[in-house]
Amino acid sequence: MIEVRNLTKRYGGKTAVEDLSFTVEPGRVTGFLGPNGAGKSTTMRLLLGLDRPDGGDAVIDGRRYRDLPRPMRVVGALLEARAFHPGRSAYDHLLCLAQSQGLGRRRVEEVLEQVGLADAARRRAGGFSLGMAQRLGIAAALLGDPRVLILDEPLNGLDPEGIVWIRNLMKGLAAEGRTVFVSSHLMNEMAVTADHLIVIGRGRLVADCSTEEFIERGAGRVIVVRTPDRDRLAALLRAEGAVVTETDADELEVAGLQAPRVSELAAAAGLVLHELAPRRGSLEDAFMESTKDLVEHGADATATGGAK
Amino acid sequence: MTATTAAVSAPAAETRAAGFGALLLSEWTKIRSVRSTLWSLVLLFALTQLFTVLFIQMGVANWDKAEPAQRAAITLDPTGTILGSGILLSQLAICVLGVLVVTAEYSTGMIRASLLAVPTRVPMLAAKGAVFASLVLVVGELTALCSFLIGAPIIRQKVPVGLGDPGVLRAVLGCGLYLAVLSLFALAVGAIVRHTAAGITVVIGLVLVIAPMANLLPGDAGRYVRGSLPTEAGRLITQQHPAEGDVLGPWQGLGVMALWTAVLLVVAAVLLRRRDA
Repeated sequence: MIEVRNLTKRYGGKTAVEDLSFTVEPGRVTGFLGPNGAGKSTTMRLLLGLDRPDGGDAVIDGRRYRDLPRPMRVVGALLEARAFHPGRSAYDHLLCLAQSQGLGRRRVEEVLEQVGLADAARRRAGGFSLGMAQRLGIAAALLGDPRVLILDEPLNGLDPEGIVWIRNLMKGLAAEGRTVFVSSHLMNEMAVTADHLIVIGRGRLVADCSTEEFIERGAGRVIVVRTPDRDRLAALLRAEGAVVTETDADELEVAGLQAPRVSELAAAAGLVLHELAPRRGSLEDAFMESTKDLVEHGADATATGGAK
Repeated sequence: MTATTAAVSAPAAETRAAGFGALLLSEWTKIRSVRSTLWSLVLLFALTQLFTVLFIQMGVANWDKAEPAQRAAITLDPTGTILGSGILLSQLAICVLGVLVVTAEYSTGMIRASLLAVPTRVPMLAAKGAVFASLVLVVGELTALCSFLIGAPIIRQKVPVGLGDPGVLRAVLGCGLYLAVLSLFALAVGAIVRHTAAGITVVIGLVLVIAPMANLLPGDAGRYVRGSLPTEAGRLITQQHPAEGDVLGPWQGLGVMALWTAVLLVVAAVLLRRRDA
């Protein structure tokens, strides 16, 4: 479990994270979303003891990262893909990290196998593609068989096969009872992978809820109706208080009304329906909606935030 | 904690730190797995021998044309002459490598992985310094000893010198020690500066530029300032006999250099703990 409490970090005059509090529970994948510059990477760096907070703290299973005697056996982290010496082989990169945690060569071979780099293990890592570098970073994170995983943009540079692999890996790790905390820009991917979301904007918490709830709240639920009597139905539904948009010659999008009620109204008026389909909004829409103000007023709001 | 988290944890393995031995092993893997470091040390050894032969041969060939003062200096300190002919080169290589051992971690991003592994940070730097200095000590002793054994027969055509003469063994073995201390000096600068080019510039500047400048200072004060500069003081250990104007003895000199190095290492450790990585 990860607990972030009143975390604050400033770089020079700019506030990167401000009074941020949230908890990441074990047993599920928690997505970490926010526009560029929202403070996601900073939060992760503070969690991992790479930067020092100006206020508040972040603890993992009750302890600060710095206080963990063999940290990689508790927390596995991926921050940037190319955090290795290009002249070193993948095997030696993992070996030096393993040795610092009192782990042996067998564990190195296991994780290389697990991430699919066994064949490339003896090659200089500098020649790796971004996808392979990303897999090497994941291997380092998994090295200590940690019960908490903190992954910053693990999907960057991966091909579709790699993306599916990471998705299944994260879901599998969470199913084993581990804490999985992952940031990404790929909304569609987060919508299918993350059970829970922490959304931040300009260093502050915007949302902390289940993925489903976040989408419903942000993008709402609409019903798509296809009917030859488009205009008559639209008038009927508007009279019931629904928000109706004409999307095609025979198609309507209806918000604020349940599907059974739409059907009842149409039947009572003797109107024929060709299609009646509830459609869930996308995470992308919900995300845009919830962070709209933060992005639009980004420039001047940053100035006031920094002047605090 | 819930039952599920307990199932995937291994508490026994987490409660104790892996120990300094594990960190030494880890840093040794880092050093031996970057080929350019090892090749640099091999090259350093080979070039030092080559330069020893060249310079000593030249000195002997031009013996009759040389200034009397130069002849007197060689006669007084044949061992220092032999070692000095190669050291000028070796020490620059050690300076560059010492800086790189740390700054390469910053330029490649490896430092993040290293600090995630050792979040208390200072033990990582200590292990790195111990491993690198030990490696340089071994290479340095081998280089100095070979250099003497190759140079001595040549210089003996003009000046008698042998490993058994007073001060010779101390000077030869001290030369390796000097290089080991210098490697830590450069490593500390690298850790403070964190950028390769800047680090190398600072170290080379301290070694090559500051000393001749201190030479320009007049009188006794200038002599003492120059004599207390890290590499000037440290190099006294490679002299068979003290030269005229030396303000420190050979071991005192190495001690002064070690003190400089210790101060820089402490600064590096404090900054490493304090700074965001």
